[in-house]
Amino acid sequence: MRFTLRSQQLTPVKFPHEDSFRISQIPFIPQPLLNPDFPYNKDLQQLLTGKQLLLEDIPFPLNEIHTHYENGYITYRSGIQYKGKKPCCGRCGNKDPQWFSAYPCKRCGETCLYCRHCIMMGRISECTPLLGWNGPVPDTALPQKIMAWEGRLSEGQQVASDHVVNAIQQNKEHLVWAVCGAGKTEVLFAGIQDALADQKRICIATPRTDVVLELTPRLKAAFPEITIASLYGGSEDRHLFAPLTIATTHQLLRFYHAFDAIILDEVDAFPFTVEESLQYAAIQARKPNSAMIYLTATPNQKWQRECRTGKRAFTTIPARFHRHPLPVPEFIWCGNWQKQLHKNKLPPSILKWIKDRTVSNKQALLFFPHIPLMEKALPIVRGLALDTEAVHAEDPVRKEKVQKMRAKEIPLLLTTTILERGVTFPNIDVAVVGAEDDIFTESALVQIAGRAGRSKDHPGGIVTFFHYGKTEEMLKAKKQIVGMNREGIRKGLID
Amino acid sequence: MNLFLQDRCLICHELIRPSISWRAMISVEKEHSICTACESKLEKIEGETCHICCRPFIYLDEKFRHGNLCNDCTRWEEDPEWQGFLDKNISLFLYNDFLKEVLAKFKYRGDYALVKVFSELMKDKLIKMEPDLFVPIPLSDERLYERGFNQAKAILLVSGFTPSEIITRIHTEKQSKKSRSERIHLPQVFKLCQDLNLKDKNIVIIDDIYTTGSTLRHAARLLKGAGAAAIQSLTIAR
Ligand SMILES: [Zn+2]
Ligand SMILES: [Zn+2]
Ligand SMILES: [Zn+2]
Ligand SMILES: [Zn+2]
Repeated sequence: MRFTLRSQQLTPVKFPHEDSFRISQIPFIPQPLLNPDFPYNKDLQQLLTGKQLLLEDIPFPLNEIHTHYENGYITYRSGIQYKGKKPCCGRCGNKDPQWFSAYPCKRCGETCLYCRHCIMMGRISECTPLLGWNGPVPDTALPQKIMAWEGRLSEGQQVASDHVVNAIQQNKEHLVWAVCGAGKTEVLFAGIQDALADQKRICIATPRTDVVLELTPRLKAAFPEITIASLYGGSEDRHLFAPLTIATTHQLLRFYHAFDAIILDEVDAFPFTVEESLQYAAIQARKPNSAMIYLTATPNQKWQRECRTGKRAFTTIPARFHRHPLPVPEFIWCGNWQKQLHKNKLPPSILKWIKDRTVSNKQALLFFPHIPLMEKALPIVRGLALDTEAVHAEDPVRKEKVQKMRAKEIPLLLTTTILERGVTFPNIDVAVVGAEDDIFTESALVQIAGRAGRSKDHPGGIVTFFHYGKTEEMLKAKKQIVGMNREGIRKGLID
Repeated sequence: MNLFLQDRCLICHELIRPSISWRAMISVEKEHSICTACESKLEKIEGETCHICCRPFIYLDEKFRHGNLCNDCTRWEEDPEWQGFLDKNISLFLYNDFLKEVLAKFKYRGDYALVKVFSELMKDKLIKMEPDLFVPIPLSDERLYERGFNQAKAILLVSGFTPSEIITRIHTEKQSKKSRSERIHLPQVFKLCQDLNLKDKNIVIIDDIYTTGSTLRHAARLLKGAGAAAIQSLTIAR
């Protein structure tokens, strides 16, 4: 679309004429003063507060929307912004020329540059305004009792919980480094309760939809009278204004200066390339003065260094909720296992490991670096344990197989890194075949090892890394696990 | 265009590994804007197909086939109101989940960059057809504003052909919400832009998908009514 710019006000024009501009051509977009007597639309307020939306996202007529701008209640920002000659997407922060393209645009009558990076959320081009809310924030009535959760925290959780409360109160950044099985969700409850009581708006963001779906009922149970928006691709809460939001990090792109505190869960789960656009999304979505809580079981090297050198505020929860130590991985050299596999064989050490589990009837997960290798191994393993299955990311019956494993109908489950996090089985052993592969980073290996010994009834579990040459990542993973156990013992968190 | 900008797949954004050979460097090689992995997910329509609509017979039960034609086309051609308008449709690929996703991104999300993928895939066919006019299936004004461009017209332009925008849409309602019989019995979906004499013209209509064939047949009927001699259609998917 195009605008005319007259007497310090923008006016949208339906048909391009020479006196009109695309929003990206207007260097300073005037913002009319807030008219306190204007009878603003409350639905529009609910929808737009703390957001940055496209006109297509807003189910109200343009003239009504624009009247809100004229009265100071709505802001227009340019969808594509220029830093010198370089374009930058105002929504996703993309600056990479390979993620931009251009087209002959019917809306503005010119060749229009657009961002391909976030196009699945609606196209942003040079003639696209991003709309936000500049009026009062919707009232939220607080219930008498905010939190219904009455569980108890472990000693380790309690320390972290206090630090989270503090960081949120003081608008600071804090990292909670909690081992797999420490119970990190409960660590957030006190901070959330405190923030809600202060009329703050909070968001828990995670890269994976699975986690959003898993967290939502838990938080709804802990805060039963608080409106909670659960946001992921295709969810129905898109237009819901809520004091507590649980969202995929991707959905953060629709928010702008919205949250007093963002809790970023599983920060280690991001591929490195995604991290930058994620950082951008989080920075856009939080208020300029706000808190940021990071949760992870395995911070990357850079963050670990920042923790060690005192550059990053953090709390560790070095022990599991059940007060038993983490299983420490053992390394077993298995020779050139890939070569063996091509001859339809598995190294004897791996075969023995599998036989031991079938004899003692213990369930196990076997991780493989690549699908083809895993599929080659499947018939061999089935020779030892008939009902063995294999899963990978694109497996259409992945959920069913995990369910069968849980029901103990499957003795051994072969998997790619897709099951490295999230999924827990109470009593299993874990092996990695080909732990030397690049895909098995320190963080992936710590997560994989973290699958074993999860329940208090079966806190033990064997973790074996079969390898054809130890890697730095394997050593770092082991070191991290051993270090956490040592810290847990020192702090009296392990019996 | 900067060569550096060309080395990523337009569909999946993975690096395209060019097979660098001296031959490739001196001869003009066919442009590739998608990677081999994405290319392999496109299923070419091959083998025996319905002589009118290009429906592949291998997936069709024998009882839905009448000689050279599929059941649908037989029904169209038995109807005196509709017979003989669409001479032949050519579709390049099966409308599988992958293509569905790519086409949706192109059309509904408006990712215009993908036009290059489709023009590369269609160019050879377009050249071979040699009609007098290429007519893109038009969008309603609302759709056009919403998407910002007409996908059929864009493919023609980027392939280096001149689209003849001689028909426009009368109905704006979504076609897909109507039943087959409603769609067939609609009086008219398109109108000619002006009084054109299309006498003896060979025309190729361009659309993205062949679904029921009713859109294309409506356009074909109108064009033959204005004197066109032969109407073929070309679509990416069916
Ligand atoms: Zn973007
Ligand atoms: Zn434009
Ligand atoms: Zn590709
Ligand atoms: Zn047919």
